Amino acid sequence: MKVSYYPGCSLHATGKEYDQSMRAVSRALDIELKEIDDWCCCGASSAHNTNFDLSIALPARNLIAAEKDAMDVMVPCAACFNRFKTAEHHLKADKDLKARIEGIIGAKYQGGIAIRNPIDIIFNDIGIDALAKKVVKPLTGLRPVSYYGCLLLRPPEVCQFENYENPFMLDKMMRAIGADVKNWSYKTDCCGGSLAISKTAIVVEMCDRLMNGAREADANCVVTACPLCMANLDMRPSEGKKLPVFYFTELMSLAMDLPGSKDTFKSHIFDPRPLLKQLGLV
Amino acid sequence: METFLEEVNKKINGVPIQRCYHCRKCTAGCPMTKHMEYNPNKIIKMIQNGQRDKVLNSSTIWLCLSCETCITRCPNQVDIAGMMDVLRQMAIESGVAAREANVLKFHEAFLAGIKFGGRINEPMMMAHYKLKSGDLFSDALLGLDMFMKGKLALLSPRTKDMKSVRNIFEKTKTDKEV
Repeated sequence: MKVSYYPGCSLHATGKEYDQSMRAVSRALDIELKEIDDWCCCGASSAHNTNFDLSIALPARNLIAAEKDAMDVMVPCAACFNRFKTAEHHLKADKDLKARIEGIIGAKYQGGIAIRNPIDIIFNDIGIDALAKKVVKPLTGLRPVSYYGCLLLRPPEVCQFENYENPFMLDKMMRAIGADVKNWSYKTDCCGGSLAISKTAIVVEMCDRLMNGAREADANCVVTACPLCMANLDMRPSEGKKLPVFYFTELMSLAMDLPGSKDTFKSHIFDPRPLLKQLGLV
Repeated sequence: METFLEEVNKKINGVPIQRCYHCRKCTAGCPMTKHMEYNPNKIIKMIQNGQRDKVLNSSTIWLCLSCETCITRCPNQVDIAGMMDVLRQMAIESGVAAREANVLKFHEAFLAGIKFGGRINEPMMMAHYKLKSGDLFSDALLGLDMFMKGKLALLSPRTKDMKSVRNIFEKTKTDKEV
């Protein structure tokens, strides 16, 4: 299959491991990615916190650019995904807003392409069986908890993610690549990402709570699909509380033994390599 | 004259907030209540009471993380997270100083970054935020670690058609520009 690809700012910087592994996994699963031409930032939390029209116009500009290629658009960053879905939701529900935003951008929004996150694409279009068949090195000994966070799931009528209070797609994918995924109660709790820089002390507490929850569930790592959760959980927990955190695509890439699959671990702030070495996975 | 409640409802443009029957499900699920001055359902009550200054001056509206747990669980579909967005926007538009000043300063630095290059360059955005907030030294070691690991590129690709991006900022400008 072929899809448009919106990496967003994070995947070119702090979340570069996600971009690298996403591209490798997509290649292996026959998903061809076509980056949206000359995209701009979606505005993230800062736009919707301060200016409604701006928070719709920025993602709308990118959606209109993607519509030229007439393919579904894959948005790996949970924050960008949320802003794209929110813009789509408002543009489809409110004709006056749509006219106003089209006037600002100077182009028409058709609303004909689906906005999708890679968990949905891999789970529903590629399928768990096809994924499992590609595994050459099952991740035996790895005990992740899957952490979905907020932005992929909420609000449910906007994000349209399965089982938004107890999602399982990521869990099933981790099981398919040989990891002993643990159940826990914090799958959809917030990590505080949007205030990580301006209210750090509060956010440290929230991250510690998640790490405690992961340990109680007997996990030895955390797996996520959000670059903001990743940055936050990788950097903010107190010393002694930290566990390695992975993008789900990094673990898929490792299990499929794809070229470059071991290259992304060195740029994590909390080095996951000692754990992977101990388990004989690198 | 429009009441504060009418003004807020108009801007939310969805379910009227007086549908709230104060079951406190939003407050029970909110991860930030212990740091907030007023709980989310209390804010709804205060809007109904017309306590405009107290609401717009509260720390609550700036501590909301936009995690959207509240609206997900509200039995009456009251968009509390959307309401918090509206209240922040109203505070900015009416020139009320943000009680959590650094939260707003971060948003300003972030948006300035988009206006400058179309995409966020993290080192530049962080430097801008630090100058604005005066919080110069926190995370300095972390920043160095990130830099050494190649996570912070001093130069990163920008959007080429910057005219279209600046045009969006220009045309969505509110009276009190951030």
